[in-house]
Amino acid sequence: MNIYVLLKKTFDTEEKITISNGIIEEDGAEFIINPYDEYAVEEAIKQRDEHGGDVTVVTIGDEDSEKQLRTALAMGADKAVLINTEDDLEEGDQYTTTAILEAFFADKAYDLILAGNVAIDEASGQVGPRLAERLDIACVTTITNMEIDGDIVKIDKDVEGDVEKVETSLPLLVTCQQGLNDPRYPSLPGIMKAKKKPLEELEIDDLDLDEDDVEPKTKTIEIFLPPEKEAGRMIEGEPAEQVKELVGLLKNEAKVL
Amino acid sequence: MSDKLLVIGETKDGELRNVSFEAVAAAKKMNSDGEVIGLLCGHGNLEAQAKEMIYYGADRVITVVHEKLEAYTSEGYSQAALAVIDDVSPDVIIMGHTSVGKDLSPKLASRLQTGLISDVTDIEIVGDQTVFTRPIYSGKAFEKKVITDGIIFATIRPNNLPALERDDARYGEITSQAVDIGDLRTVIKDVIRKASEGVDLSEANVIIAGGRGVKSAEGFKPLYELAELLGGAVGASRGACDAEYCDYSLQIGQTGKVVTPDLYIAVGISGAIQHLAGMSNSKVIVAINKDPESNIFNVADYGIVGDLFDIIPMLIEEVKQLKQSQGV
Repeated sequence: MNIYVLLKKTFDTEEKITISNGIIEEDGAEFIINPYDEYAVEEAIKQRDEHGGDVTVVTIGDEDSEKQLRTALAMGADKAVLINTEDDLEEGDQYTTTAILEAFFADKAYDLILAGNVAIDEASGQVGPRLAERLDIACVTTITNMEIDGDIVKIDKDVEGDVEKVETSLPLLVTCQQGLNDPRYPSLPGIMKAKKKPLEELEIDDLDLDEDDVEPKTKTIEIFLPPEKEAGRMIEGEPAEQVKELVGLLKNEAKVL
Repeated sequence: MSDKLLVIGETKDGELRNVSFEAVAAAKKMNSDGEVIGLLCGHGNLEAQAKEMIYYGADRVITVVHEKLEAYTSEGYSQAALAVIDDVSPDVIIMGHTSVGKDLSPKLASRLQTGLISDVTDIEIVGDQTVFTRPIYSGKAFEKKVITDGIIFATIRPNNLPALERDDARYGEITSQAVDIGDLRTVIKDVIRKASEGVDLSEANVIIAGGRGVKSAEGFKPLYELAELLGGAVGASRGACDAEYCDYSLQIGQTGKVVTPDLYIAVGISGAIQHLAGMSNSKVIVAINKDPESNIFNVADYGIVGDLFDIIPMLIEEVKQLKQSQGV
């Protein structure tokens, strides 16, 4: 089975966000594999171990994205592809990303493509389903379980807490939700092996794309931080008094009761 | 301007979701002279839901009724929506950023080769541009975005853009459109209800969230009681989910749900940065925790340092009394 994982690097969840010159400051920030994409990597490895084949992780990014690809290889993926857009793309959006991936997959044979259901930075959740439409393959989002039996795929899909039991077939694109699995940590031998696994680097020119094809359809005109919250009010006293005062404040001051 | 603004409505258990009314209001706000056209897909009679959409501001509603649209599937609904979009040629498409909206909107945008701005919390008209505000980095920052080319397409986060007042004197045309729905590659075999009891977390006005401090699944019971009294929903921190006090579907945070209720009561939650990312934009935040150094107090409007097992039962009684005095 040919399995692909779409992966994005994101800020570590612990990072504080600062803005300089109108953009999010990236200097000094720790980057990780987007947590939802980690579920995708883990699931890809599990499915390969069960059904055979190989796992290729694909990212669109810059030179530094190699680190997250190596982590995925250390977890157990077989090959990695970095589509480096650093020199070619000043701006892009989900339309752009999808166009690049569509071009990448044009000459590939794929049975299963996995992605995170959302990235924790821009949080659009668009690229997976957009790509499935371009490739004209079945797509199930926010999956929490997957069993493949021949061409038939049985999936649990999270729908705001309910579980839909879904049946579909390969080729297929899925986006992964929390609860699907527990992503493994790379082992030391895994990390050593990862250094020797193939990592192919491509640029836009290698993908038979014109500038027009990747022209974004949206534009960010401003980025700002939420206003600082004023210090809250600590309610003192015995529990019974605290509770009475709280309810009074919620009713009369905050007007939410 | 005679723009056409298509609002894709969404029903749950036979009723229109609140976010669909908010989407109608958003469309109106974008162009008060435009024609707001509701779209409803389903199987069976959609007349009542279509009327509701009109009472809340839609000018007319198109329904697509087909046995393959009984339950939402992305393929079925996208075939129906694309047929209507092809017919109407809207300038704007708006829908809720719900499970359905998140699934359907990128697929439609991809077919239509348009941009899409997801998870919008505010809309402004600046000159002749529609500017959308949306949270990024789980609400640690915000961006303002515009569509530069093609149909203006956005999904709106529930509970952020107010719906219009219901006016049942409003009248609008309801037409049904026949659409051929082809074979579906994905079939829903069964639905297991887990979270749908009571109020939906992402649309709740009041959320009572428990953390590790709640100590057990049993400890969550009073939180459910309080939530029910306030017409709200129960949420949880990752710690509480990891400890199996409750299901992951309740998790609020960077992974998990991002919520913005009017009132968020954090009970026994320390306030890790990942949790704050999921709730810090709530309108009023109450923190109850025995550790005065807890991070949660930094974002709280009102804080009580104390034992939640003393405080919560008293709070339930106090709220009961208040509700009685309000005649509820």
